[in-house]
Amino acid sequence: MKYLKFTISLLLTAIIFYGLNTKFGSVPPIGKFLNPATGIWQNEKDESITGIVSIDGLKDKVTVHYDEQLIPHIFAENENDLYRAQGYITAKHRLWQMEFQTMAAAGRLSEFIGEAALNHDRRQRRQGMGFGAEKTIEKIKEDPETMAYLEAYAEGVNSYISQLQPKDIPVEYKLLDYKPEPWTAKKTALLLMYMTKDLAGSDNDLEYTNALRMFGKERFDLLYPDFYDVIDPIIPKNTDWSYIDVPLTETPASELPLDTISKTIEKPHPDNGSNNWAISGQKSYSGNPILANDPHLGLNLPSIWFVMQLSTPTHNTFGATLPGALGIISGFNKHIAWGETNATRDVQDWYKIEFKDNTRKQYKYDGAWRTANLRVEEIKIKGNATFVDSVRYTHHGPVTYDKNFMGDNELAGYAMKWSGHIGGNNARTFLELNKGKNYDDYVNALKHYTAPAQNFVFASTEGDIAIWIQGQLPNKWKGQGKYLMDGSNPGHDWQSFIPQQFNAHTKNPERGFVSSANQHPVDESYPFYVFNDGYETYRNRVINDFFNSKDTFNIQDFRDLQNNNYNLKAAELLPHIFNTMNTSSLTKEELQIFNEIKSWNFYNDIDELGPSIWSAWWSALHSLLWDEYKVDDVALKTPYDYQTIHLLKTKGNDAFMDIIETPETETAGDLFLISFKKAAKSLMDWKAQNGTYNWNAYKATYVGHLLQGLPAFSRFNLPIGGGRNIVNATKKNHGASWRMIVEMSSPPTALGIYPGGQSGNPGSRYYDNFIDDWAAGKYRTLNFMQTDSNEDGIIGTQTLISD
Amino acid sequence: MNTNILNFIVTLFLAFIFSVFLPWWSVMLAAFVSAILFSLKGLKVFLIPFLAVFLFWTGYAFALANGNEFTLAKKIAILLPLDGNPYLLILVTGIVGGFAGGIAGIFGKQCQALVKK
Repeated sequence: MKYLKFTISLLLTAIIFYGLNTKFGSVPPIGKFLNPATGIWQNEKDESITGIVSIDGLKDKVTVHYDEQLIPHIFAENENDLYRAQGYITAKHRLWQMEFQTMAAAGRLSEFIGEAALNHDRRQRRQGMGFGAEKTIEKIKEDPETMAYLEAYAEGVNSYISQLQPKDIPVEYKLLDYKPEPWTAKKTALLLMYMTKDLAGSDNDLEYTNALRMFGKERFDLLYPDFYDVIDPIIPKNTDWSYIDVPLTETPASELPLDTISKTIEKPHPDNGSNNWAISGQKSYSGNPILANDPHLGLNLPSIWFVMQLSTPTHNTFGATLPGALGIISGFNKHIAWGETNATRDVQDWYKIEFKDNTRKQYKYDGAWRTANLRVEEIKIKGNATFVDSVRYTHHGPVTYDKNFMGDNELAGYAMKWSGHIGGNNARTFLELNKGKNYDDYVNALKHYTAPAQNFVFASTEGDIAIWIQGQLPNKWKGQGKYLMDGSNPGHDWQSFIPQQFNAHTKNPERGFVSSANQHPVDESYPFYVFNDGYETYRNRVINDFFNSKDTFNIQDFRDLQNNNYNLKAAELLPHIFNTMNTSSLTKEELQIFNEIKSWNFYNDIDELGPSIWSAWWSALHSLLWDEYKVDDVALKTPYDYQTIHLLKTKGNDAFMDIIETPETETAGDLFLISFKKAAKSLMDWKAQNGTYNWNAYKATYVGHLLQGLPAFSRFNLPIGGGRNIVNATKKNHGASWRMIVEMSSPPTALGIYPGGQSGNPGSRYYDNFIDDWAAGKYRTLNFMQTDSNEDGIIGTQTLISD
Repeated sequence: MNTNILNFIVTLFLAFIFSVFLPWWSVMLAAFVSAILFSLKGLKVFLIPFLAVFLFWTGYAFALANGNEFTLAKKIAILLPLDGNPYLLILVTGIVGGFAGGIAGIFGKQCQALVKK
């Protein structure tokens, strides 16, 4: 009996121990998790921001002042210490996020999430994210100074990790039951790849190939023109390009492979983009240039941005950093300010690969066989055996699609050519911008920058404004890379790059302002081939019209513009519909909704009903119009909205207007009416379920935690207007991820805000404390401290010293 | 002092000491050791260590969360899910710890019985 009792109690103890120490599905190991001494209760606090901390490798003392926004102001005696401290301080507030983003880029989420992340991880690896990061590091190693700062940053992060007590590790690690690993320079390169993929990792070559085959060249060109009838490019029209003495690459005589492609890999968010602009002193209320930037990205917590001041005796810089990357990315110093928008250039192309045999060791090129290198990707999976993926590499790049991945042909595949694989020293660009004093420094800094191509806006206290479209951009033949190309034809390779000095740019233009909003970079007169891979056509016109509307502008004008909710797209189509649509068949309820949208002023403000009706209507109309695109097992991309509206307004009787599944032949007018009735029904259903469909409720903006929007750590139903193609580009879960306005006084004065908070800890009051003000269109005054002895507005000071 | 109270106090004391340098199962160890030193009878074998650890974990958790306006506790109480109620989370925390302590107490008692013969 005694032994039986003993055995039972032993068993029970073992079960309890195992049960409370183990993660089951998404349930964390509950004993570990809830233990007040080491579990989540220890994260129930703000980070400590006082005292003295010793850090390996510091040459001198570093002072870190925190202001009331929890923005760290780092004062170091030299740059090596500065970037070491940047690594340490960033890790202190954002460690889990830094690591998560780089693990995501590297295709390593399965290691702690399990099999559910395997497809994600395979995608990353088959797109050569790790390969690109290695190329980047190779390139940076040619520049020992930058490499030394990257190493210092990594060591700073690692100093933090090694000081971290198990009880203090971020709550996400406790939830998923894993631990941080050491930071490396390669992780920084992976973070840059993550951004490159987000911003320059999208193309529709394979979809266009299908469309070309299905519709023919003439129809294709009507649907996907390179330039629209109305464009307002970044570099103003009628710019003189006669100084460019390098010709456009000649088109080779050859055939394109018109394959049928059934499915393509998931693409980055189509709305990843941004606004930036700067006005000259003449246009400014004070005579000082003013610059603004707001990058539009997924709205996540912790935020993609972390705001810092980075200062040494030789430079003093303030702005938004990317946790994991060196320096300030969008910001200002005592002399200059800069910000980026995505250049949306087509720098990702696809080549059809023909393998010699099913060993796939060789592929055809220029009439001979070339070796395809093998890269073995081992994906560790929590709770499962390691998954091994073999990826073949051609001289173009990785064969992303083959028999192992989304393909079934033993002897064929599609290889990716991508500027993200070239390897670039982008870190250098930002380090030099951080120290820049004038226009020349800015131009020299940009020369190192390869991808993702960005529109770098610039303003200086000297009074210059400028914008450069910078990236390493292939000099393509007309039409090159619009469709799948022949990987065996040398004429289809990228032949050369546009010489950097011929990248489109403008300095101090006559109109007194520069701006970009992901629109066409140039008009047709630019000598190089620029292909429309989804240029934005609305925000830029609202911005430029605003700056053409009066003589001078002040800070309030800038705030108003960043928060401007004017829906130009709706304003360009709805009046046409109101004039042409026959409303006699509308029911009483439908007529009411019709009158609601008719009285709308085209502003996507939160209390308006119009934006919701427009949104439902546009989506129904779009789907009816492009019903030709609903083909099983053929990957397609519907035409862009500008051209869609152009066709609706000017080619109302085109065959595309017909709804295939009905016996009648529909015109645009019919589509307006049918889609309106559909939208009205969906809105009435919505109303019955949720109450009013004002834009606030209907859009329901949220900022989601990086772990698939984990509701507990996310913020929902934020009262903010705007939407797609609107200057205030805030959609449901995407929009202005950082808003900055800098006036180039001496020293500059600046405003900034982002939808998040400085702390990555959901237990901190600084986790999401900016969100409400961000939604309301408010800003925080950025405290640009000129010396480290400044005590104004400081809530804590930490001193970092060497061991 | 009676054994019940002694066991309770020693469990609480050891749980506190062990928690400084051991993982969550420190409370199991505390209850186990205490059960060997101060043998209990019947239901109390489970109940006394349960109460001691329950008190320790709820008290500790409350003190930490109360100092921070229950910011994280409210969120974890959505995650688990406990309707966003931080007090429920504290209660669950206490029960989890208490249960582990109670079971370890039973095990300690049986070990002690085995050795005593």
